[in-house]
Amino acid sequence: MDLFAQQLVNGLSLGALYALIAVGYTVVYGIVQLINFAHGEVFMVGAFGAYTTWILMGSPSHLSPGFAFGVVMPAMLLGGVVAAVGTALLMERFAYRPLRGAPRLAPLISAIGLSIALQEAVRLFYGRIPGFPDSRRAIPFPVIDGFTGRSWQVAGVTIQYSTAFTLIALLVCTTLLWWFVNRTRMGRAMQATSQDPDTSRLMGINVDRAIATAFAVGAALAAVAGMAHGLRYNNIDFQMGFMAGMKAFTAAVLGGIGNVNGAVVGGLVLGVVEAMATTYIPGQFGSSAWKDVWAFALLILVLVFRPQGLLGAKAVDRA
Amino acid sequence: MLEVKDLVVAYGRVQAVKGISFSVEEGQIVSLLGTNGAGKTTTLRTISGLIKPVSGEVWLDGERLDGTPAHAIVTRGIAHSPEGRKLFPRMSVEDNLLLGAFTRRDHAGIKQDLDRVYALFPVLGERRQQPSGLFSGGEQQMLAMGRAMMSRPRLLMLDEPSMGLSPIMTQTIMRTIAELRASGTTVLLVEQNAQAALTLSDKGYVLEVGRIMFTDTGEALLRDDRVRRTYLGLDL
Ligand SMILES: Nc1ncnc2c1ncn2[C@@H]1O[C@H](COP(=O)(O)OP(=O)(O)OP(=O)(O)O)[C@@H](O)[C@H]1O
Ligand SMILES: [Mg+2]
Repeated sequence: MDLFAQQLVNGLSLGALYALIAVGYTVVYGIVQLINFAHGEVFMVGAFGAYTTWILMGSPSHLSPGFAFGVVMPAMLLGGVVAAVGTALLMERFAYRPLRGAPRLAPLISAIGLSIALQEAVRLFYGRIPGFPDSRRAIPFPVIDGFTGRSWQVAGVTIQYSTAFTLIALLVCTTLLWWFVNRTRMGRAMQATSQDPDTSRLMGINVDRAIATAFAVGAALAAVAGMAHGLRYNNIDFQMGFMAGMKAFTAAVLGGIGNVNGAVVGGLVLGVVEAMATTYIPGQFGSSAWKDVWAFALLILVLVFRPQGLLGAKAVDRA
Repeated sequence: MLEVKDLVVAYGRVQAVKGISFSVEEGQIVSLLGTNGAGKTTTLRTISGLIKPVSGEVWLDGERLDGTPAHAIVTRGIAHSPEGRKLFPRMSVEDNLLLGAFTRRDHAGIKQDLDRVYALFPVLGERRQQPSGLFSGGEQQMLAMGRAMMSRPRLLMLDEPSMGLSPIMTQTIMRTIAELRASGTTVLLVEQNAQAALTLSDKGYVLEVGRIMFTDTGEALLRDDRVRRTYLGLDL
């Protein structure tokens, strides 16, 4: 029972990470029917943005809890969000917007090119600048005193601070997103655009801006995930966006692409399935090397038996 | 008020509008008539900025309009109720109407105009929280018109508002158009129902495959043999 509860917590925390990234796939798909396969790299840039902010702050260490939680972590989070949102906006403006109306394959190829370009840019940048560690190897993520490695024991279950951070971040982000989509002018513009872009323009909506906002929102959540990833695994690397992006995409499809609630549910389900598979599947098939196999097997099963996803594909407006 | 000069619009290499000129004076109802594929919808979509013309000019109150993005044209005082209504099907009646007022920030005025639309079309008021996707053709058309009115346009462009409607519903719509004009809105009307449209219109233009064939007052066109034969289905 303890083992089950522990794996459930591990799975939910992993799933929350997937969910934060998956929302970006789904929000962008909901508004322009485009799978932004470079979104995993936006997540990676978010993590590096947080890390770089820490370096620019003078690599502060041996922090008092107040300074760590009140200044360093918020600054890192903000730096990550700025880097990821900036990247996503440039991406939208120069790689996707010119291809709107082109055959479906064109933005897909553009996305693959972007992924490679972003990975290489990060790899080369961090390899060359004095004072920045070489990113060909994993870079240790900053140790936050009073946070890194800390945990609570609750009824025999270990809950890492990083687990709590990820779950709370997911809760806060999805609540803010719901408010944004349903209660603000720009949110309404995004909903309208997802339903009918031309008619939205006739309403006076700047559709380009609504689409760019969808990219920005997805990037902000991905950056939060990037920070959570760094805190959870204690290191980051320029390729981290690939597998995380694939998993999050799986989560988005699992929940029903275009549906924000679906992305959250899909992420959590995927995380729990992975955690349980490594615990309860016997022999080598239960080893952590096989967990990716189970995750993608789940994707294939869903695509075959329930192609609209668990919650059904809906647009961003049902956030 | 609106002046279109030598407008040429093409889809790829195919010209859909081949150099048309026409004008709409303040306070008028002007109709564009024409058989299927004549280029009526293309003309309206070009005026509202959804399509860029190949050449030609569009002027509104002495200011150049073509080249302005569609969302900015709304703020210049033009509303366009598109062919096929194009409601936001997953949104409620009220949300559709509020999107019509997207460019406005005067909350009191918006509230007032909502009430005006509900007074004009009581069915909409009764069903304000229902998603518009479930509505009948007539109800959808009322909503489409109401939505276009919500930006308080000076020029209202309606593309086939009577399409698919019963004769009674068509009458209701036409009466509403007359009322809108009476309250100061200028109307550019595209219609297949030439009889209904011309009865209301100060002026009509007849398009055929991208060209204006002739123009006259509404009354004169109603008596015109060419119009009667082609658009009113009368055997002469
Ligand atoms: N999106 C498009 N792509 C290519 N050709 C188009 C497109 N839209 C319209 N056309 C062509 O342009 C011409 C004019 O079409 P338009 O829709 O403007 O005509 P219309 O007068 O509104 O006709 P209807 O009465 O059927 O609505 C037609 O030949 C049509 O086939
Ligand atoms: Mg038409």
